[in-house]
Amino acid sequence: MFHVELKNVNKWYGELHVLRDINLKVTRGERIVICGPSGSGKSTMIRCINRLETHQKGTIVVDGAELTNDLKKIDEVRRDVGMVFQNFNLFPHLTILENCTLAPIWVKKMSKREAQDVAMHYLRRVQIPEQANKYPGQLSGGQQQRVAIARALCITPKIMLFDEPTSALDPEMVKEVLDTIISLAEEGMTMLCVTHEMGFARQVANRVIFMDAGQILEVNEPNAFFSHPQHERTKLFLSQVLH
Amino acid sequence: MRLIMAGLARGLRCAPMFRDRTNVIATALLGAGLGYLGFRFVSWAMVNAIWTLPEGANSSLCRAAKGEGACWAVISERFRFILFGMYPFDEQWRPALACLLFVSLYVVSAIRAWWKPWLLAFWVAIPMAAILLMRGGLSGLTAVPTEFWGGLPLTFVLSTVGFAAAFPLAVALALGRRSQMPGIRVLSIAYIELIRGVPIITFLFMAAVMFPLFVPQSFTVDKLLRAQIAFVMVIAAYLAEVVRAGLQAIPKGQYEAAASMGLSFWPATVLIVLPQALRATIPALVNTFIAVFKDTSLVVVIGLFDLLGAAKAVIVDPKWVGFGIEVYLFVAAVYFGFCYSVSRYTQHLEKILMARNHHS
Repeated sequence: MFHVELKNVNKWYGELHVLRDINLKVTRGERIVICGPSGSGKSTMIRCINRLETHQKGTIVVDGAELTNDLKKIDEVRRDVGMVFQNFNLFPHLTILENCTLAPIWVKKMSKREAQDVAMHYLRRVQIPEQANKYPGQLSGGQQQRVAIARALCITPKIMLFDEPTSALDPEMVKEVLDTIISLAEEGMTMLCVTHEMGFARQVANRVIFMDAGQILEVNEPNAFFSHPQHERTKLFLSQVLH
Repeated sequence: MRLIMAGLARGLRCAPMFRDRTNVIATALLGAGLGYLGFRFVSWAMVNAIWTLPEGANSSLCRAAKGEGACWAVISERFRFILFGMYPFDEQWRPALACLLFVSLYVVSAIRAWWKPWLLAFWVAIPMAAILLMRGGLSGLTAVPTEFWGGLPLTFVLSTVGFAAAFPLAVALALGRRSQMPGIRVLSIAYIELIRGVPIITFLFMAAVMFPLFVPQSFTVDKLLRAQIAFVMVIAAYLAEVVRAGLQAIPKGQYEAAASMGLSFWPATVLIVLPQALRATIPALVNTFIAVFKDTSLVVVIGLFDLLGAAKAVIVDPKWVGFGIEVYLFVAAVYFGFCYSVSRYTQHLEKILMARNHHS
C-alpha cells in the first residue's frame, strides 16, 4: 500500500484549472521534491494532501484514509501529516515551547509534562533548545523556520510536507534549515518538499517532479532529472534555475 | 531694542500661525475672540460665582447673580442626589463604595501584565459584589430595591454589566457571522443588522413596555433588569462587528497552521485565533465601552435615574429651576473626566501594541 496516493486529481478555482489529472504514488520513506515555475500548482497539490485545499475530482488516499468532506477523517489525516509553511506561521502570542506543546496537549491529549518533554526533544533536534521561552518575534527567520519544523514534528507525523520552506529566508539562513530537513530525511521520514533549492533536491530526493500549468510533466530520480531532462519545459526551467 | 524686536518677529514668523499676512490676521481675530469668550467664561464660572448658600436659605442670592455669576451652590447642595439618585441618604456609602469597586476594576484591567484568564473572573465577581452591596438584604445591610438606585453607580452598573455580559454573546455572533453553516450565518447577520439598524432608544422602550407582556401577570420584571437586558442585546451587536474585524485581521496562515496540526475548530479558535484577534481590537473595544458608558444616559426615557437623569431631576426642583447650565456642566465634567482618561489610556495602549508588532 502506498503512503500517499493521488489518482486523477483535478482542481478548479472557478474557471481556472489549477490541477490537471495529477497521478502520484508515494511509498513509505520516499522523499519527493517538487519543482516548477510559480503558478504551476505545486503548493496547491501538497496542500490538497492535508486538505488545506479541496480537490473536485479524483481521489487522494493518505495512509489508507481517503480524503473527503468527512471532518473526522480529515482531522485523523492531519494528525499524521505535518506541514511546514513558507511563512513559518508560528503563533506570535505563545512562546516557542508553547507553540510546540500546543498540538501534543490538545490533539494527542498528552499531559503538560509529557508534551514539554516531547517539545524539548524536538527543539534539541533542530538545535535551538535555548530559545524555548522566547517569543517568535525575537528569533531570526532561520530559527523560526526550525521551530516550525520542530512544532510539526511534535505530533510525530508519518509524513512531512514542506511548502517552499526556505523561500522567505535570507540566504545565510537557508543552509541551517536545509541541513535540518536533510537530517530528517536520513531518518526515513516520508516527505514531499516544494522547493527551488536544486542542490538540496539532488542530495535528498528519491524522485524529482517537475510541474507546470497544473500538470506533472516529468518525474525522475535526481541524477537523471538534472543531467538528462526529457521535456522541453523542464529543460527551459532548469536552464533558468541552474545558472 | 530694534534687534530684539527683529529677532522676535523672525521667531514668530516661524510658527504656522504667523506665517503670512492672512495667517496673522486670522490668528489675531481668533485670538481676540477666544480671549474675550475665555474672559467672560472665567468671570462667570469663577470670579463672580456663588459657591455655597447659607444653611436653609433659598436661591434668591443665586437668582440675583444669574447671568453674571455661576451658581455652583446647586452642585454643593445637590451633588449627592446627582451622584447617587434617590438612594437612602445614610446608606450612600454603599453606592460610593460600589463606584470605587468599578473604577478599581477598570484600573486593574488596564494593566497589561494582568491580562490573564483570571481577569475574566474579576469581571464577573466585582460587578456582582457591587450589585449585592447596593441591593443589601444580607449581613446587616438594609435592603434597597432597585427603584431607589440612581446616579453614577447606575451608569457604572448598566455599562459594566452590559459590556461584560454582551462580550461572550458578541464573540459568538462574530464567529457565527463567519461560519460556513448557512443557518448560523444568517441568524448572526440578522441579529446584528436588525439591532444596529434601529436607535438604541427603541430597544429601551421595547424592553420597558414589551417584556412585561411576555411574562405571566404576577411576575414583574425589575425595570433595571429590563433595561440591562436591552443594553446587553444592543452592545453585543456593536461589539460583534469589532470582534469580527479582529478575526479578519488574523493572517490566513494562522488558521492554516492550526488546521494542519489537527486542531479542530473550537481549540483553534480559543487558543490561537481569539487571543490574537482580541488583542488586536483592544483600542476599538475600549472605544465601544466609552460610547456605551455615555449611551446609558438614554435610560432616562424609561424612568431610570442614571447620572444624567438625576441631574435633570434636580433642575425640575422649583428651588433650582433655571440653573441647568451649572448642573449639566458638572455632569459633563464627570463624563468627560471618565471618558478622557479612558481615551488617553487607549492612545497609550495603541503605542505599546504598535511597538510590539514591529518587534517581529
